[in-house]
Amino acid sequence: MFEGTVPLAHYLTLSAVLFVIGIVGVLVRRNVIVVFMSIEIMLNAVNISLIAFDHYLNLSNGQIFSFMVMCVAAAEVSVGLAIIIALHRNKPTVNLDEFNLLKW
Amino acid sequence: MEPIHAPESIDLIALAPVLVLSVFAMGVLVLDLWAGKNKTLLMFVSLVGLLMTAISAFAKHPLPAFAFTDSYIVDHLSIFFTCIFTLSSALAILLSAEYNERKGMKAGEYYALILLCTVGMIVLASSTDMIMIFLGIEIVSICLYVLAGFRRDDPVSNEAALKYFLLGAFATGFLLYGMTLIYGSTGSTNLFKIAEFIKAEGAPSSPLLLMGIVLLVIGFGFKVAAVPFHMWAPDVYHGSPTPVTAFMAVGPKAAAFAAFFRVFTEAIPNMAANWEILLCIVAVLSMFVGNLGAIMQTNIKRMLAFSSISHAGYLLIAVIAKSAMAGSGLLFYMLTYAFTTFGAFGIIILLGRKGEENLEMENYSGLAYKHPVLALSMTVFLLSLGGLPPFAGFVAKFYIFSAAIEEGFVTLVIIAVLNSAISFYYYLKVVVFMYMKEPAGEFQISMTPMTLFVVIIGIIGTIELGIYPDPIIALTGLN
Amino acid sequence: MAEYFYISLFAVVALVVIGALLALSTLLGPRNATPQKLLPYECGIVPAEEAKGRYPVRFATIAMLFIIFDVEVVFMYPWAVALGELKLFGLIEMLIFIIILGIAYVYIWGRGGLEWD
Repeated sequence: MFEGTVPLAHYLTLSAVLFVIGIVGVLVRRNVIVVFMSIEIMLNAVNISLIAFDHYLNLSNGQIFSFMVMCVAAAEVSVGLAIIIALHRNKPTVNLDEFNLLKW
Repeated sequence: MEPIHAPESIDLIALAPVLVLSVFAMGVLVLDLWAGKNKTLLMFVSLVGLLMTAISAFAKHPLPAFAFTDSYIVDHLSIFFTCIFTLSSALAILLSAEYNERKGMKAGEYYALILLCTVGMIVLASSTDMIMIFLGIEIVSICLYVLAGFRRDDPVSNEAALKYFLLGAFATGFLLYGMTLIYGSTGSTNLFKIAEFIKAEGAPSSPLLLMGIVLLVIGFGFKVAAVPFHMWAPDVYHGSPTPVTAFMAVGPKAAAFAAFFRVFTEAIPNMAANWEILLCIVAVLSMFVGNLGAIMQTNIKRMLAFSSISHAGYLLIAVIAKSAMAGSGLLFYMLTYAFTTFGAFGIIILLGRKGEENLEMENYSGLAYKHPVLALSMTVFLLSLGGLPPFAGFVAKFYIFSAAIEEGFVTLVIIAVLNSAISFYYYLKVVVFMYMKEPAGEFQISMTPMTLFVVIIGIIGTIELGIYPDPIIALTGLN
Repeated sequence: MAEYFYISLFAVVALVVIGALLALSTLLGPRNATPQKLLPYECGIVPAEEAKGRYPVRFATIAMLFIIFDVEVVFMYPWAVALGELKLFGLIEMLIFIIILGIAYVYIWGRGGLEWD
């Protein structure tokens, strides 16, 4: 039971659970910023799997991949914040349900 | 001084189009700071950059050439796609010039964003490594999020950007997770190594790999706007500035399909038994939902969005067929789609004017009486989109369908042909409005030279590829 | 399974003790709430405004720019590790990378992204 190392399956489960938390967050929450954070949780959940695979399979591509993911996530965050700010100037709300000019 | 040696795998000549275009994009960005109010210079520099990129795509010989330890490839597919991308970006820039002027979109980064987006598309079409494919998709998407919301003072444009951004980022998560699971179960991000692994293992049915493939289908499905992952498309197409809509309907879609095709045919063809049925369902749903949805639209941009969803369905047939002929068909289809789509959107822009966009179908009633040439051009584009014989759309559909039949997907092709027939209903509806109805009011058409030029290129392309497609077909490598 | 028994015993004891303490303090404690007592505790200082205050949007702009330039540094770690092998080529590559970041910086500066007012 307690061999001292955590098996790969545990990391993968953690990552899958976090990913699902992210999905549920995106689907359920109505605050744009929270939806945004849920998407970040999804991306970071994937990072956990990448690093876990690397460690257990003795690979290295996944670490590079996770660097790329981090950078892309940062770029996405800043574009997303910019969009929200631009939106906020025209319509001061962060509730997704109120963005209804276009039919979903 | 001793020459500096690069590591063996680094081959900058293979990367030439990406490098050239990146330099031009950054140049445009910096130039904008000193260019002042007049953006013509920026436009000119961007067009020159695109031309140089298209030329530099041919720098590598012989084909196929691999670079960066097999993670980047220069082959037939990537060069042809690079040409399609540069063409569509150039047409988008030409369309934008006057539209931006009219709408008061003065920012010069518009051109830089289009160029950077094109860089992403080239990366996407040339990568054979999942890390690079992910990067390419993200470069394209992030530029498009900004472009979709470029009319900052317009709530509709903002909303389109927000929706595109949220759903796009959501899809990125799925795509990434799919790639990670495939990486974990095969031990490589390289498409060829993945294929080798799967072949050696005899198409393993490991749940991680299967889950990865399903997630990959979801992720790519979002990016190409295939049903049931299409919800963003009508809103985003409607809300974005019209030249951006035309741009995102052609370039990024072609790029996503290039990567889609490459991943599924290079990396996991031996798993076809598992993903074929999935893609068939997505393709059939895309065709039906796209075409039936388009029938119900009154806004012409939304109609073209649904039509683009149905075209994603036809193009998915090429991915399913996965033969070399299907790849050539994909290339030809995207080229004809570029000409017709830009032509149609060019006319939409001509009919709009300051303040009013005139996007409802009623705005087109009686166009044939006042401006017969415009109405005729629009008819040509719409019929080509539907796939009527003398025009390019027919030849394109014909090649994809015959590739699919050769691989034995007869039912799928029958459904696709049926759908082409349905699509004529809504394409002809616009034609009926233009030819059969009385004009509701005066048309105030601003015959601006550059937009007109795009329409003319569209017409020439649509008719030429329909009547005498042989040279281009030879270039796609079909014969 | 013996470990789980002790863990669950610990959990049960913890829950009982916490619940008892909370229950006792609400039952026995004197209650004379004054507005001062109901204020959120901010190290003894009287709170000046709502904690959910609004920030000027300028902070968001700076945050956005910060995130981008901040995260790029991760690429320097693998580069630094491999520099011994890459030699001068690696140095030039990193210079190009920094020049590209510099172009972005010049652009932001030129467009007035760094101005506070």
